[in-house]
Amino acid sequence: MDSDDTAESTLRHRTSSRLQDCCIGATPLQKRIESVRKQVSFVPTPPRRKIPQCSQLQEDNDPQKVAFILHKQWTLYSLTPLYKFSYTNLKEYSRLLSAFIAAEKQKGLAVEVGEDVSVKVTFSTLLGMKGTQRDSEAFLVQILSKSQLPSENREQKVLWTGWFCCVFGDSLLETIPEDFTCVPLFLANGAETNTALVGTWFQKTFDCHFSPLAINAFNLSWMAAMWTACKMDQYMAATELLWSVPCSPQSLDISYAIHPEDAKALWDSVHKTPGEVTQEEVDLFMDCLYSHFHRHFKIHLSATRLVRVSTSVASVHTDGKIKILCHKYLIGVLAYLTELAIFQID
Amino acid sequence: MSVLRPLDKQPGLNTATILLVGTEDALLQQLADSMLKEDCASELRVHLARSLPLPSSANRPRIDLIVFVVNLHSKYSLRNVEESLHHVDATFFLGKAAFLATGAGRESHCSVHRNTIVKLAHTYRSPLFFCDLEIEDFRATMAQRLVRVLQICAGHVPGVSALNLPSLLRSSETPAPEDL
Repeated sequence: MDSDDTAESTLRHRTSSRLQDCCIGATPLQKRIESVRKQVSFVPTPPRRKIPQCSQLQEDNDPQKVAFILHKQWTLYSLTPLYKFSYTNLKEYSRLLSAFIAAEKQKGLAVEVGEDVSVKVTFSTLLGMKGTQRDSEAFLVQILSKSQLPSENREQKVLWTGWFCCVFGDSLLETIPEDFTCVPLFLANGAETNTALVGTWFQKTFDCHFSPLAINAFNLSWMAAMWTACKMDQYMAATELLWSVPCSPQSLDISYAIHPEDAKALWDSVHKTPGEVTQEEVDLFMDCLYSHFHRHFKIHLSATRLVRVSTSVASVHTDGKIKILCHKYLIGVLAYLTELAIFQID
Repeated sequence: MSVLRPLDKQPGLNTATILLVGTEDALLQQLADSMLKEDCASELRVHLARSLPLPSSANRPRIDLIVFVVNLHSKYSLRNVEESLHHVDATFFLGKAAFLATGAGRESHCSVHRNTIVKLAHTYRSPLFFCDLEIEDFRATMAQRLVRVLQICAGHVPGVSALNLPSLLRSSETPAPEDL
């Protein structure tokens, strides 16, 4: 391990000194090239990560909005930076997106920008949903159905919700040019047709690109370990891991549920460095679960694919669906997802 | 436990023998079939093994090249290769061993990080190939490459020896062993 670390640092040193030779004030493009080189040169994944902690910024967020985010199933997307997005224009965006959606729904008929549409779109910021002060503010987009009847029944039904956020996105922020807003993580709940419509509008308006964020088994095992490591006052659900067995005629799933306190005890026995999770610990934790299972059932789980992890902190599926359950570790979960989203768009 | 050595047997006349080691039986079989389809002046022998050590009783020809096949979708296949490596003599790693990683194309299915296998190949100073063996065209290309490498390892290509291979097959992107 040690020799690898030094190799990486010497490589970085070399690239950075070379760049400084040609130009002193590095332009964003040069910074970008440097960051790409860093990734090409060996070992891009961090060998250790922090155990999710409560963030101070989180204190000043709106409890109502947080409650709204929890316990819902969100589909994850990664998003390239938005060009010329402004937080002062949210009202204007609401109007334009409402008109766009109405136009798309009516297919070809002329639509007046303004009142007379059956859906209404609202943009609002989610204060405090970020890791550092430098992170862009998170914002929420909702599609509401507007009742055609002019009665007092003003209750609006939420048809679709999506929100954009960036939590500890430092690695991307350092290379971002001025006119861009970086919110690499997009979470959607509602009909996929609406997600596609909103996606199209954002792509046209802010020159960005959405792509579904799948989470591979490697990252799922990181989540299993990190979330087991979280201290909980009270466990709401069992720790459950789901494996899918490849190559069988019908797909066969193996579910492995552990009492959360047992999982935590196992984690504590493999965990050494306080406050941090290392790759070795994640591997060891999973290997312990594998060998326990093999002892009882003579099945090598390591030959199958981990597809879902559910704990009291959150529940996530490999196809990019997540349900966050615990308010305390919301920021920590989002930080890891932001990291994965940034890694995907890089 | 018997350790596999490269030069403990006489070579067969005009024969080149490759040993493919990996848990993915079906993929290894398909790769072997593709290799045998290749047009080649030497007589090819392809041996398949799930893991090493090989049973000591069997009468087998001299092995000129060992390829360790790791499926990135399965941690088990990586562990199996890691354990098999203990049963190979160090002189094999002077050009007569290679690693082949399959499954990198379906990123969402990966259980093993790409860097883990890159590091493993570096540790053993051996070339690493990436190829999705499930895709027929890719497999055919890989088979062609392996046949060429095998011919060199068996000494059937004048002027090139297996000793040249580690440096010839190193890609420019990966650092030289001394940088690690």
